[in-house]
Amino acid sequence: MPKLLEVQEITMQFGGLKAVDRFSMELSQGELVGLIGPNGAGKTTVFNMLTGVYTPTSGDVLFESSSIKGLKPYQISHLGLTRTFQNIRLFKDLSVLDNVLIACDQHIAYGMLASVLKTPFYFKEEMIYQEKALELLKIFRLEHKCQELASALPYGDQRKLEIIRALATDPKMILLDEPAAGMNHAETHDLMKTIVRIRDEFQLTVLLIEHDMKLVMGICERIFVLDHGVTIAVGDPGSIQTNTKVIEAYLGVDES
Amino acid sequence: MQDFVQHLINGISLGSIYALIALGYTMVYGILQLINFAHADVYMVGAFAAYYVARFFGIDSSPGISTLILLLIVSMVSCSVLGLLIERFAYRPLRNSPRLNILITAIGVSFFLEYLGQIVFGPDPKVFPDVLVDANLFSWGQVQLRSFDVAIFCVVMITMLALNFLIYRTKVGKAMRAVSSNQQVAALMGVNVDRIIAVTFVIGSSLAGVGSVLVGMKYPKIDPLMGLLIGLKAFVAAVLGGIGNLMGAILGGIIMGLSEEMVVGYWASTYRDALAFGILILILIFRPAGLLGKSQIEKV
Amino acid sequence: MKPEPKTLFKKSLIVPIISVFLVIAFALFIDLSVNAYIQLLFIYICVNAIMGLGLNLVNGLTGQFSIGHAGFMAVGAYLSAYVSTKISFFAAPFEMFNFPIYAISGGLLAATAGLVVGLPSLRLRGDYLAIVTLGFGEIIRVVLLNVDAIGGARGFYGIPGFQDLVVSIGGTPIVVHAFFLGFVHALLWLLVTFLVIWRLVRSTHGRAFKSVREDEIAAEAMGINTTKVKVRAFVLSSFFAGVAGSIFAHFANYLNPSTFSFIKSVDAIIIVVLGGMGSLTGSLIAAVVITLLPEILRPLQEITGVDLRMVIYALLLIVLMIVRPKGIMGSKELPDLWRGDAKTT
Repeated sequence: MPKLLEVQEITMQFGGLKAVDRFSMELSQGELVGLIGPNGAGKTTVFNMLTGVYTPTSGDVLFESSSIKGLKPYQISHLGLTRTFQNIRLFKDLSVLDNVLIACDQHIAYGMLASVLKTPFYFKEEMIYQEKALELLKIFRLEHKCQELASALPYGDQRKLEIIRALATDPKMILLDEPAAGMNHAETHDLMKTIVRIRDEFQLTVLLIEHDMKLVMGICERIFVLDHGVTIAVGDPGSIQTNTKVIEAYLGVDES
Repeated sequence: MQDFVQHLINGISLGSIYALIALGYTMVYGILQLINFAHADVYMVGAFAAYYVARFFGIDSSPGISTLILLLIVSMVSCSVLGLLIERFAYRPLRNSPRLNILITAIGVSFFLEYLGQIVFGPDPKVFPDVLVDANLFSWGQVQLRSFDVAIFCVVMITMLALNFLIYRTKVGKAMRAVSSNQQVAALMGVNVDRIIAVTFVIGSSLAGVGSVLVGMKYPKIDPLMGLLIGLKAFVAAVLGGIGNLMGAILGGIIMGLSEEMVVGYWASTYRDALAFGILILILIFRPAGLLGKSQIEKV
Repeated sequence: MKPEPKTLFKKSLIVPIISVFLVIAFALFIDLSVNAYIQLLFIYICVNAIMGLGLNLVNGLTGQFSIGHAGFMAVGAYLSAYVSTKISFFAAPFEMFNFPIYAISGGLLAATAGLVVGLPSLRLRGDYLAIVTLGFGEIIRVVLLNVDAIGGARGFYGIPGFQDLVVSIGGTPIVVHAFFLGFVHALLWLLVTFLVIWRLVRSTHGRAFKSVREDEIAAEAMGINTTKVKVRAFVLSSFFAGVAGSIFAHFANYLNPSTFSFIKSVDAIIIVVLGGMGSLTGSLIAAVVITLLPEILRPLQEITGVDLRMVIYALLLIVLMIVRPKGIMGSKELPDLWRGDAKTT
């Protein structure tokens, strides 16, 4: 069975600094994989390379067996690979509903003329996608807040809205960048269940960056560990927890 | 050949003035990411300050080195004060506003100066004082090296050396570079960001002041809208060299001056002002970061 | 039960149809009630409002910054004027139907110019558009000054305008005033501009515009082709500027390159900023204010002998940005104020 995502030795060089050094991974359809590592290990840089925000200095990224290296972020999104942002990038001054609908834009078929003439087709499409957006909002019970401004939501809800917005692009694979950041125990627990649920319900492949080890160890089937841009370990949660290199990276060793 | 050398001399002379003004744009942009539209009008005010002071002291027709130096100082000081005022009262209150708002304010300030200038100075062109005797210092066939061009070149060189010293050899310069690279971190390291921004405006504006006297000397008609076109060209020069990059501004200025002179010399003078725009479009298509600029990677 | 799309479509026709009748009634009222000077002001309000609405699409809704819109207006005005002196599609007494065609041709050329200017500069983030449009505005002026076929520096004289129309009903001749026809034409364009942008804003295309304004990187990640969206907004905006130019040309009957100086561009910017970035009804209100302000200031100007208007504009811009950066309306629309809810566009 072909892999959904094949990352082949991608490197990102910023001037003299190698933020990520020959990173490789293969993900099959339906996997739930974690990407962890200490701060500044290059995790978000990997996400940025996968989603086209950065173009890797070398190496290649294959999505469904074709290269997506050098494509624009929106093109990668259209192929079905989407993401959330670590530092929440919602459309702040727009309503919650509009945030989700913007992600539906690539599927909405009516043209500019139809929206100006308000043709029946325009209304039909709008109804379909408004309904779809509301359905998605129900996943995190945000549907009753759909008319509020995104910036008015509490922090935890904003993170959830990020995930919903990404789901609205109708992705095959979703990259979650620290989805649990700033959430309390109960919320994190809730989120874990929801991530597994949406993975099953939408037949998604999930790659997530997270610092909350309970979440990562709790739901990820495989884990990649990055340190200083280099992959230092790959394996199931059990083997990662006992891996000495990983423990050293997190606790720090005297390098002298 | 002689023709070409003459154009070369004129082009470098014109280009070094563009460079001076481009430096002001690039410094402010480097530190605030703001196109300071008012910069060109600060330059205009500098020219008028020199004009009025020269008339006041009755030295408007007594050319000489001392007149040049006096007017340079007058113009630099008045531009600095104006730059400082603009920064303090128009830009600083908007430090944390969206960039669009600050840009609009910059246009507002530019307009304010231009039209207030028309009211205060009158809309008609005035004749700039005689700063130097325009003697021919050196001839080679038809090529002339005139004192104006030499003076411009010398003043610009001295100014640039001083600027270089200031930015790379002094504590203030180091702080400026720090603020330009990362404002928050610089603030955490104890740099007084507001003060450094103010200093940047002072330096940039005084460079414009120098430029205004040099331009006034060479093209002695000054009017309240004199900054408009030269400002646009200097800004294009800054973008050409790589905005935010000091060497880039100088290089861009020289290239602009030379190419403009060549277009006028070998093609048609009606297109001299269209040239800047043409160059701008070409850079945007082929090398948006400018000749010496590095393309910035936006942090996500 | 949910309404059917067909019923909604039929309902959506009501507002435009009623508006057309209102336009005709209003034009008739103005035609019969006020003098020629005030009538001309109404035309200028229309021209400024179309400019402002179009610019709002770029500056307010898409978050880009164009400061040379007068250039596009000039392109539209000159082309429309030129075409009108060469070609007449309808002979008298129906020559008034020529003007929408002239306006569209002017708009299309302006839109083409918008595409040429927008493509290289809108690929990039930041303030490049501002400086490119500023340069473009100046270049257009230089070109117009140098082309003799359209009058050069002397200006373009003898541009045809609307003519009185005499219809006889039951043997009695009735004169339909040129102003009435022209004003209806201008108002209809204003209506079209307003409705097009208003409806776009409430569609997926408008949401795409706003997503670019809010966060370009997030918009890209959600599948929005931000460059395409920006170019679209800019080209459409240029089209309307061209139309505004055309309307202006056929009322002034004379064009001069200096009409389309940087000041004209700033007029449009002020309308957008004063009305509130992203608020269409705000732009309408501001267009009225900005058109009438110089007329109100005229006595003061005559006393002082200088053009105070620009100084006041400039101060207004600075103070507005510092004290009330969101303008009169913020991003709200008039109906939002009635309803009193917090939803913004």
